[in-house]
Amino acid sequence: MAGKDAILALADGTVFRGRAFGAVGEASGELVFNTSMTGYQEILTDPSYEGQLVAMTYPEIGNTGVNREDVESRRPFVRGFIVREYRDMPSSWRAEQSLGAYLAEHGIPGIEGIDTRALVRHLRDNGSQEAVLSSVDLDPERLVRKAKDAPSMVGQDLVTKVTAAEPYGWDQGPWKPGGYLMAEEIAAALGRPTLKVVAYDYGIKYNILRNLVGVGCAVRVVPASTPAADVLKLNPDGVFLSNGPGDPDAVVGARENVAALLGKVPVFGICLGHQILGLALGGSTYKLKFGHHGGNQPVQDLTTGKVEITSQNHGFAVDMDSLKDKADVTHLNLNDRTVEGLSVRGQPTFSVQYHPEASPGPHDARYLFRRFVDLMERDKGN
Amino acid sequence: MPKRTDLRTILLIGSGPIVIGQACEFDYSGTQACKALKEEGYRVVLVNSNPATIMTDPEFADRTYVEPLTVEVLERIIAAERPDALLPTIGGQTGLNLSLDLAEAGVLEKYGVELIGAKVDAIKRAEDRDQFKAVIRSIGLDLPRSGIAHTMDDALRVKEEIGLPVILRPSRTLGGTGGSFAATDEEFETNVRWGLEASPISEILIEESIAGWKEFELEVMRDVNDNVVIVCSIENLDPMGAHTGDSITVAPAQTLTDKEYQVMRDASVAIIRAIGVDTGGSNIQFAVDPRTGRQTVIEMNPRVSRSSALASKATGFPIAKIAAKLAVGYTLDELRNDITRETPACFEPTIDYVVTKIPRFTFEKFPQASDVLGPQMKSVGEAMAIGRTMKESLQKAMRSLEIGSHGFEPRAAASTEELEGRIRVPNADRLWHLGEAFRRGMTVEHVAALSAIDPWFLRHIEEIIAEERALDGVPLAAISPERLRGLKQMGFSDVRLGVLLGTTETAVREKRAASGIAPVYKTVDTCGAEFEAFTPYLYSTYEPGGDEGLPTDRKKIVILGGGPNRIGQGIEFDYCCVHSVLALREDGFETIMVNCNPETVSTDYDTSDKLFFEPLTFEDALALIRRENPLGVIVQFGGQTPLRLAVALEKAGVPIIGTSPDSIDRAEDRERFEQVLTALDLKRPPNGVARSADEAVRVAESIGYPVLVRPSYVLGGRSMEIVYDRDSLARYMRNAVRASPEHPVLIDQFLEDAIEVDVDAVSDGTDVVIGGIMEHIERAGVHSGDSACSLPPYSIDAEVQGDIRRQTVALARELQVVGLMNVQFAVKDRVVYVLEVNPRASRTVPFVSKAIGVPLAKIAARCMVGTTLQAQGFTQEIVPTHINVKEAVFPFIKFPGVDTVLGPEMKSTGEVMGIDTSFGAAFAKAQIAAGTVLPTEGCVFISVPQAAYAAVVPIARRLAAVGFRLSATHGTAGHLRGEGLTVEAVNKVKQGSPHVVDMLKRGDVALVINTPSGLESFRDSFPIRRTALEGRVPYFTTIAAAAAAAAGIELMRQGPFTVLPLQEHYVRTRRS
Repeated sequence: MAGKDAILALADGTVFRGRAFGAVGEASGELVFNTSMTGYQEILTDPSYEGQLVAMTYPEIGNTGVNREDVESRRPFVRGFIVREYRDMPSSWRAEQSLGAYLAEHGIPGIEGIDTRALVRHLRDNGSQEAVLSSVDLDPERLVRKAKDAPSMVGQDLVTKVTAAEPYGWDQGPWKPGGYLMAEEIAAALGRPTLKVVAYDYGIKYNILRNLVGVGCAVRVVPASTPAADVLKLNPDGVFLSNGPGDPDAVVGARENVAALLGKVPVFGICLGHQILGLALGGSTYKLKFGHHGGNQPVQDLTTGKVEITSQNHGFAVDMDSLKDKADVTHLNLNDRTVEGLSVRGQPTFSVQYHPEASPGPHDARYLFRRFVDLMERDKGN
Repeated sequence: MPKRTDLRTILLIGSGPIVIGQACEFDYSGTQACKALKEEGYRVVLVNSNPATIMTDPEFADRTYVEPLTVEVLERIIAAERPDALLPTIGGQTGLNLSLDLAEAGVLEKYGVELIGAKVDAIKRAEDRDQFKAVIRSIGLDLPRSGIAHTMDDALRVKEEIGLPVILRPSRTLGGTGGSFAATDEEFETNVRWGLEASPISEILIEESIAGWKEFELEVMRDVNDNVVIVCSIENLDPMGAHTGDSITVAPAQTLTDKEYQVMRDASVAIIRAIGVDTGGSNIQFAVDPRTGRQTVIEMNPRVSRSSALASKATGFPIAKIAAKLAVGYTLDELRNDITRETPACFEPTIDYVVTKIPRFTFEKFPQASDVLGPQMKSVGEAMAIGRTMKESLQKAMRSLEIGSHGFEPRAAASTEELEGRIRVPNADRLWHLGEAFRRGMTVEHVAALSAIDPWFLRHIEEIIAEERALDGVPLAAISPERLRGLKQMGFSDVRLGVLLGTTETAVREKRAASGIAPVYKTVDTCGAEFEAFTPYLYSTYEPGGDEGLPTDRKKIVILGGGPNRIGQGIEFDYCCVHSVLALREDGFETIMVNCNPETVSTDYDTSDKLFFEPLTFEDALALIRRENPLGVIVQFGGQTPLRLAVALEKAGVPIIGTSPDSIDRAEDRERFEQVLTALDLKRPPNGVARSADEAVRVAESIGYPVLVRPSYVLGGRSMEIVYDRDSLARYMRNAVRASPEHPVLIDQFLEDAIEVDVDAVSDGTDVVIGGIMEHIERAGVHSGDSACSLPPYSIDAEVQGDIRRQTVALARELQVVGLMNVQFAVKDRVVYVLEVNPRASRTVPFVSKAIGVPLAKIAARCMVGTTLQAQGFTQEIVPTHINVKEAVFPFIKFPGVDTVLGPEMKSTGEVMGIDTSFGAAFAKAQIAAGTVLPTEGCVFISVPQAAYAAVVPIARRLAAVGFRLSATHGTAGHLRGEGLTVEAVNKVKQGSPHVVDMLKRGDVALVINTPSGLESFRDSFPIRRTALEGRVPYFTTIAAAAAAAAGIELMRQGPFTVLPLQEHYVRTRRS
């Protein structure tokens, strides 16, 4: 079992020695952790992780291998993968490939056999930072230097690296055992006309599209740089702002485009989309010490008082003080009382910081997609 | 929503005695609930018949009733206490069933008692198979195909529809009692009949067999605002087929993708809503077809359960405590996560370790029982271990079991075929056979095909064995520090490595020390280290660093716990450990608890200042003791488990406090003990020691038969037997024990017809105070753990009692006891003999403490840290004014074909206590509490040997006087007729039909008095005992018990028993 040696070096000089799996190589980026016990394939393929190395807190990873269904985008975006124990032989009726083979195929290095708990505690106490994972260069000092030299997330426009090159349509609905529902059967079951939604792809997760289809939307995905005018020309019932990687402030043109849409069409934003909405309203964002990365964060919907267990993955947050008189807080994180959702005053527009599409994570917040549909229908009626 | 202010008094019903399927997890949940509700200012009224529970300690509730758990008794308590609400979900199936019965009998309505947590309708929807299935179908979820039967005809119709094989589950029974599997028509009919009998409502569920499917459990919580969280997912290593309580289980689920897990999570949320459990925890079980992923719902428990206790310990989320708070109106977001303090309880714990639970079986106690596992639970306890990886967790769990295993020891299955047989069918030893299979080169695919165990689990075992094989022939010196760390990270114990490397545990430990390889400790923190944890709940692992929960500089005492429950070592020892923790914590010590039993109160992170969830082996204990460097280590409260470590720990320089290991040895070592008795001029039955079979015969013949034989150093009378002749002795020496110079066999003269007496005492090294004198009700020769007893004694006179006191004090002084001591005496012809001295906590300590209202274990703990009895104000024996009877509870119904006769080998799983002002009433209450329904009318069957004719006459007369008809075997009948009684003569079984068993089967017998003596009469009467057991007919094997029962029955005919809480009994005792 003993694989080749690998090293994870942090910018602050901390070094972890383990064994390599996945691709032989080197990767650098911001080091974050994720506390979801399931769903590593969804995490790997979440474009929000562009530019990041991800450490899983659950120690046994690779158990169910990789399959073609559980992807969140066209390819994995995580730069490097860090686990306590990698399992090379998957056991699942849906597994088609081992995790290691999949990572190798996509040129992503992994490291196993390190104390991921000690790593998480280190990040918790010292904040997330840049790191280098390597199975080709085993000189810790040199790796630490490389980590120090790696560019910070702040100010980086990573969206251009992950957004779709061309617009595309989408007709896959939510997953159920046996496969995905398709738009046609959903529409037939709902028995009402579909709503036209244009989704800005800042790094969109497929499960957002699946959920939109699931509530009866006909979805068209457009690249992040698409001008607002082009979007409006498509005559949508609503516009969706997707999740995505990195610093919201650095996404070129996004805030202007969204500002141009506000008031003209209902808008729903998730994660980076939520932050961009905040910026478009004239607000500001800030970086959290180590962000929220997991599938068990309690969020309270202030409109109903109910608590939902949510999937989260963000390092930045909207500064609500900067949005006084423009937006109201609708959702609160019960762990650290940070803002998790807002609605724009006087407009059929809202957004959440977390991931109601889950994948991975609990489905508690799926109702938000229906809430978006309700807004669009009401708006259409007016 | 804040807590409800319209409620003032809340009634809690405990789960009664420890039985298979319902163990001390309900003391854990009940204790949490009591604490949680009292903390909120409610007046708590608790009812539980089990004295060995923490929850029945008088300070945990405002009113504590140790009374039988029956509707009649509960109604009287409700009438007296007038509770506003009843929380039905914390007392296991017993508490839930009783709550339903109370509702159905109209009692709750009559007294205006509200069910909180779950309403009757919701409980019924979850518990009633038909309703449950209808609900599950209505929300679009999948179920195994099935049908309900109330008669054989129904059953055959259902079989036509779904085909064989099927699983049969009787309704409303504990731990799946009567559950079975049927693959053939014959099996089907036999098992249907059995199942219909086992169900109190004659109902069975016949279900499509999904044996071999993957099995999962989710622990769900819901609050009044309809917030729902999943606390923990659990995956069974043993697939569907074995009862989940008998399965090795792992948390979290390992082999589901997120998509599949979320489908299961959605289903759980939908189920708890549709069933309508208002607030609290539920456990929902699923099966998944490993080929297709089809998920079906198996069942739901709308209450806290064994699994929820496990989930609480596995995650650090206190399900029962939170459930209690939700029941009084709080919502999850209003409650705090105790461990992180800053974050709310409304979240789903994430864990960054692997938890393995392995059930603990005691088939060695029931040689006639089969160790094959099925839908009916057979395990008596469980051990849990936490490791950073599956392998570490699994191997730690194996050495936590207290079965002498330190890892994957080889199994000597003769042939491949035999080995495959042991793998194909789930059994108590299968895990080791899996290891053996890989050792012999079988592939994962082959083993998976045989066992239906998921290959994911098997690969870990295969890798462990591969690592073992790689060590073959390698000397310890050749193992690099790096490799040694790798092995420790895989969970290998020093003992196992010693065996594999051809060296000793000590050599491995020294090598580790020289290489700087010691365990570090990680925190169970509910959040994967995302937030800071404030509760030091720790487990060991061999990561190279990241040590957490570092030692403080406070004065520390380490308490070693009792490990998994098994027969002979049960909840009583956990009770003592918890008491010592509570006392020392109160006195300002930092208390450090070590245990590996997830069912217990001791492993609640709230109990001690610091909790190490660790195996109780020398290696694991020493490592943490060295790290903590405590003032003292207590080994005398956890039963045999920590005691076994005492000498080795002391040799390693660990400060053992209390009675010294040398004193313990003086009491346990035959020859040294003889010297103690000689020095004190005390009597004991003639005895000797044999180191070979020949010597045994010589010793027995010099003493005279019958003799009591047993191996030295055992707990719970393992392999102990009364032998009447030379042949039986030879058989015993051949089969039961292998005597050797290191492991001698002890032989005592057996005092026939003697009265046995147990005494518990506490000493500070100078003064000795008697805790209580308990007179046994069963004849001498029945293990003290199995015998009913009375405190104070019911027949021994004051002079003999004085002699017993004097001898107890002398023994305690001579052995320099500091802490607790238990002495067993036999009284024959008013002469007192010392049978045994145990200078440690005994299983009767909780019973005595409850009886006298003094927490003996707390007092003992304080003695051990130097507080004198004088300083504690406990200088006088307290003789209660009320009579306290302890009765044992047995698992025979779970083991078809097993004899119910009692002997020197302990067989009971638990105990109950009956308290009243007269011996007869207290005895009757104890019987009722133990599940023996004493009749008030009908026919008594009597069969006693000639020697007992005279003694049985007054009993027969009393019963006849209150209207019982008498029947007896011919001899007994003749004698009774001679005394002027009207008796029907009945054939013994060997005299041919119609005989007594026919009568029993017809239901014509209400009570059996049968006191067999001698081997033959025991054998002959076996079918009577078994039939009576299965027909739930009370059966008394001693004249004393029969007399007590007669007295109880007389009182029962005069009207219902009165009930009184412990608090009131104590006031009355103090006043007198």
